[in-house]
Order: sequence, then structure tokens, then C-alpha cells
Amino acid sequence: MAAGFDPSGRLPDLFTNAGTSSFTQFLTQAAPELLPGRRPLPPGMSADIAPHGTTIVAIATAEGVVMAGDRRATMGNLIASRDIEKVHPADAYSLIGIAGTAGIGIELMRLFQVELEHYEKIELAMLSLDGKANRLASMVRGNLGAAMQGLAVIPLFAGYDLAPADPARPGRIFSFDVAGGLYEETGYEAIGSGSLFAKSALKKKYRAGVSTEDAVKLAVEALYDAADDDTATGGPDLTRKIYPVVMTATAEGTQRLSEAEVTAVAEAVVAGRMENPGG
Amino acid sequence: MAMQFYASPEQVQRDRSEYARKGIARGRSAVVLTYEGGILLVAENVTTLRKISELYDRIGFAAVGRYNEFESLRRAGVRMADLNGLSYDRRDVTGRALANAYTQTLGAIFSETQKPYEVEICVAQVGSSPETDELYRITYDGSVMDEPGFMAMGGSAEAISAVLKESHDTTADLTTALALAVKGLGSVGGDNGTQRELGAAQLEAAVLDRTRKGRAFRRITGAALETLLAGGKDKPAEGGTDASPPPAAEDKPTVSAASVDLEGKDDTGKS
Repeated sequence: MAAGFDPSGRLPDLFTNAGTSSFTQFLTQAAPELLPGRRPLPPGMSADIAPHGTTIVAIATAEGVVMAGDRRATMGNLIASRDIEKVHPADAYSLIGIAGTAGIGIELMRLFQVELEHYEKIELAMLSLDGKANRLASMVRGNLGAAMQGLAVIPLFAGYDLAPADPARPGRIFSFDVAGGLYEETGYEAIGSGSLFAKSALKKKYRAGVSTEDAVKLAVEALYDAADDDTATGGPDLTRKIYPVVMTATAEGTQRLSEAEVTAVAEAVVAGRMENPGG
Repeated sequence: MAMQFYASPEQVQRDRSEYARKGIARGRSAVVLTYEGGILLVAENVTTLRKISELYDRIGFAAVGRYNEFESLRRAGVRMADLNGLSYDRRDVTGRALANAYTQTLGAIFSETQKPYEVEICVAQVGSSPETDELYRITYDGSVMDEPGFMAMGGSAEAISAVLKESHDTTADLTTALALAVKGLGSVGGDNGTQRELGAAQLEAAVLDRTRKGRAFRRITGAALETLLAGGKDKPAEGGTDASPPPAAEDKPTVSAASVDLEGKDDTGKS
């Protein structure tokens, strides 16, 4: 481990000082090699050297948010993984989905999870939802150099706001651009290669104040539409029983839908498309 | 030039020990004990500055003594745990490793600096059964002890320990365990040696819940603590955490405060 050890054996000053509440900031000094986006890359494009994750959708509901992601990762024209999981809880009340270079994305996500937990433990209070989104934006910004060489990562962040400005809309969604720009979305948002089709599908079906149960169906439908037109997005895999990862964040916290629940929704969507392929 | 008097190393160590011990004994006490459902940590504390906190998934921290000193140790523990958990795996963060880091740190501070830390800390790791729980007591001079299921720190720790030892039971439920902890804390400091009654407002309590997946640490505050003190049952779902973020309020703009203050106001400052 990189953290330098004092010859006396005591924990270095870096650990004990009052300093920062941010874990990433602590890492910049204690173990900079653990931070994504700090590694020197050889010149040139490196887009196809590693698997890429694809489509994620998020929908704001009356109770909070729903986030779902397909299970495919691609490497050029090959399928790198059929069962990758790209939607994860960021903390007890928020969710993060990642699209783009899978390796860097997963690293970023793990670091973000620790970042939120670390702040909570050091400060004995949770960050506000906007604070979490800002933190994530700065982490994405740190990856700009690699992104320009084809190793971009774009997260989607959504959560249940414990202290919302508008109590009628407790679920909030934040999207990011490759330069670290942060945008709050109303209603729904999708990222990744199939996002265009997923968003078009949601545009027609989404209504404000939708229930969580209906939003789950909408999300799986939108992913089906994305997979329909985008080769990099995986549809429900009936033969292998691989279905999207669907998670919710509500007042009760984050929860991943059980395999049985997702299977039921996905099979219903597929059955519907048997009759009407356009949905 | 001032004369340098010779002081033997033994004398220096003794003085430092005495200094640290006095400092620790002045403060209020804390108690850590295992029970059927996990590990209970209770401190007598009327402030909002915490003596008990979470270090990692299954590991808690309790301390007595000088706040600024144990707070910096607490931060160090959280940083070390999170760093190891990220570099290896969450399962690879152990109470023993943290206790080791603390004993090294406190030992070095004790022997190398003029003023030792006036703190005593406990690193508690909850296991799958009371037998696999680990309680480490680390004192101001860096010595570490593996405690047998219960411990008291600060104030009149020995007297409290005696009360705990008498009726500690690893198969007790949370209500009973809390009653014992409060009895222990209240057994000292009363007028003419009488038992003090401690209410929810004077206590800081938390548990490392054996049955919880992931982060086991849970604070018991407010109504939940009062219910438990009155002999009621624990309701884990209502377990308070430190979680709540700062509320959104009109007087807390999220953009530059100046622009909000000045907008729509004339030069006199009136709206």
C-alpha cells in the first residue's frame, strides 16, 4: 500500500489531521494510484481495448426513482459480457449507473460509493443529494484526459432526496457530460449507446407522478426498445434467463428488484411484443 | 542558560502516565458490552459531539478522554479502514488491524512526545455469535487488551467494570444489556455513593447489529432510546442513523448567497 509509514510506526499525519472529509481528496495524497483518470496514457485512440457498457435508464416516480440497465458489454463488434451489472446503489438512498469504458466506470463507481460512505462516517451526516451529484461531477471531470482518448465514462445518478425543495418530487435524476457538466433532469433520462431509442420510448409513455410499479415496466420497455435498434444494448435473454438490473430508491432506501420480479416484468414485455413488435 | 536537570526515563514515563490517567479519569465514562444481538456501546454524553461512531461495516469505535485527540484517532481509523477496503475487499478490513494501528500510534505518541494523548479507546468488531465478537481496549500508552465481552473506560472505570462483571450475560437481549450498561454508568458519581438515574438525554447509545447485512452500526436515539430505557423492545426499523442530510430551506440557498440576498432589494436593504 502506498500510504507512507512513519518510522515510529504511528499512522502518518495525513491520516490523523482534521483536513478533508473527502475520501478522493485524501487519496490524492495517500494513494494517488488508486484514483481513476490519473494514469498517463500513450497517445492515440484506445477506444476498443476494453469492454464498453451500454444503456441505462432512470425514471422519477411518485415515491422516488427507478433505475434500470441492460446486461451487455461490447468490445468493438464483439459481445464482451452478457451479464455485466451496471446499476448499483451509491449509498442508502441513491443509485448510480455507468455507461462507457466498463473498467474505469466500475472503478469510478466503487470510489464514489466509498466517497459517500466516508463523508457520512467522518462528518456524522449524509451529504445532500446535490452535494453527492456535485462530487460525482468532479470525479467525471478528472477522467477527461482518458475520455478524449476513447476511454470515456458517463454515469447516471438518481436518488431519493431526504430533504427535497419540492416535497411532491422526492426522486431526482442527474446526468453528466464527459467534461464533468452536471444537469438535473425532469422526469426521465437515459445514457449510453441505446439512450436515443430508450428516451424516445419514454417520451411517449412517461407521465409525471407515475407509480414505482409502472415505472419499472416503462424502464424495461425502454431497454427493450433500445436493444431493438442498438446492437450494443442487450435485450431480455430468455434462453439464458438474463434480465435487466432494476433498482429503486424510495423513502425506504435503495432496493434491487428480485430476479423473480424482473423476470415477470421482462416476460410480460416480451409477450406484449410478440403481438405488437412496436410496443 | 537554564540548568538541565537529569530525569530518569522511568520517572519521565511515570509522570506521563500519571498525567494521562488523571486526564482520562476526569471525563465521563463509556461502556461496551456484547449481547445476544450484537455489541452495545453506551457513553454518558450530554453534548452532540460524539464519543461513539462507526469505523467500518462490522467495526465500531468508542472513546473517552480529550475530544480533539480521540476525534483525530477516529478519523484516522475511518480513513485507514476505507483505504484498505477499497484497495483489497470490504471483508479484509478487520478490527485487529485497526487496533494494531491505534496501539502503534498511541505507543509512539506516548514515548516520543512531551504530552501523551489523554484518551482510552475501544475498537469493537461484531461477529456472527457473541463468542466471535472482538473488543480491544487501547490505552494512552499504546497497550492493547482483548476484553472478555464487556469493558468500561474513563471516569471510575474499575467500579463500573465491577458492576458489569457481576451480571454481564452474552445471551441477554438489548433491553437488558442497556439496563446493565446504564446501571454501571450510574453506579459512580452519585452523592455519597448513591446510584444515579440516567435518562435518554444524558446518554449516547449505538449497537453493532449482528443480524444486519453490510453496515452493522446503528445509533439508538430519541424515542427509540427512551422506549428501551423504559424496558420496551427494540425496533430496528426505526434505528436512527447519522444519515439525514442538511435540509433544504429558504435561508440556505444553494447558489451564491449574495445574489439571493440582493435580488429585489433597493439600496436601503428593504424588499
